[in-house]
Amino acid sequence: MNGVHDMGGMDGFGKVEPEPNEPMFHTEWEARVLAMVRAMGAAGAFNIDTSRYYREALPPHVYLSSSYYKKWLLGLEDLLLDKGFIAAADMAAGHAVQPPKPLKRGKFALEDVERVMVRGQFGRKPAADPRFKSGDRVRAKNIHPVTHTRLPRYVRGHVGVIERDHGCHVFPDSAAMEAGENPQWLYTVVFGGRELWGDDADPTVMISIDAFEPYLEPA
Amino acid sequence: MELRVRALETILTEKGYIDPAALDAIIQAYETRIGPHNGAQVVARAWTDPAFKRALLEDATRAVSTLGHVSRVGDHLVAVENTAQRHNMVVCTLCSCYPWEMLGLPPVWYKAAPYRSRAVKDPRGVLADFGVSLPKETEIRVWDSTAETRFLVLPMRPEGTEGWSEQQLAALVTRDSMIGTGFPKSPGAPS
Repeated sequence: MNGVHDMGGMDGFGKVEPEPNEPMFHTEWEARVLAMVRAMGAAGAFNIDTSRYYREALPPHVYLSSSYYKKWLLGLEDLLLDKGFIAAADMAAGHAVQPPKPLKRGKFALEDVERVMVRGQFGRKPAADPRFKSGDRVRAKNIHPVTHTRLPRYVRGHVGVIERDHGCHVFPDSAAMEAGENPQWLYTVVFGGRELWGDDADPTVMISIDAFEPYLEPA
Repeated sequence: MELRVRALETILTEKGYIDPAALDAIIQAYETRIGPHNGAQVVARAWTDPAFKRALLEDATRAVSTLGHVSRVGDHLVAVENTAQRHNMVVCTLCSCYPWEMLGLPPVWYKAAPYRSRAVKDPRGVLADFGVSLPKETEIRVWDSTAETRFLVLPMRPEGTEGWSEQQLAALVTRDSMIGTGFPKSPGAPS
């Protein structure tokens, strides 16, 4: 979706302001939100792409004015409501008043903690040969999916070069919609700064994205 | 916010979805086990062991898994090497993708709009916000983490560290130097 989360190349957000000696969490609730998202994901309530999609789908003014973990909380609430794991009546009461919905992997308990400390595996067995190889010139398609995609707007329509082949991976556009993993070849595609930002851009800058094969066409 | 978060946790607990003690354990694990010290060990090893460096640049996931003290990284860690000719910088314009196992949880600035919007369009301007400047002929390569690949910058080893041990070198490796928004500390600089 063409949301405000797709920020590459936007102006007006000001300077980057690093915080010296930044703590891991600024408040205790931030840590609880992170842990709830990890736990409910591991219990099978949603996959990582669906959780990203729900954060992106927050209203633009909410997305832009909320802290990082507030976005995580709002996205989690919306997702759990939509998928029927919690009900509006539960939220209104601040307690569980509706019966639970079974989780794919059951209750998240202490013995499951190690599972969330290891990153998931996203590589999959390919169903077909790759369409592109290193050195190929490709164009990022001019597509505008209205749901989740990992093709940022700033590269669409532009020509780059395939630099690496990462193998076949879970396709976020499908997984986010719970339409299956639909694995696709994944490539690093590198673009010149001037190709993306015009003739006035710094000629020494190169930018790459990791692009799934359906995002690309030969150029 | 605190009340709202507590209410959600109460609901999830009462429904039998989560054990709050398991949430405590997740938080404790993040607070104690991940952090830039993991990445710093990898960088210091690469600076002192040419075979490890080659393996790291070839397949970082596999190379890092040979270091027992670093937690498993899962799929597709990619290490990219800074040289006198090329400086690498990592961003996630769409959200906050970041090599947690190597660097810990990302800092607020990495997840915020100013960095995400400008890193791909004006990386020299962003570096200036960090007080970093590069020769104008140095190529800057920005890696936008748009998939489940994760990038670790291998910074250049500081001059004046000949003969240093891996442990001494690791102390010079900063988080920002592994994102590409800073350099390692100089030998002799206050820590």
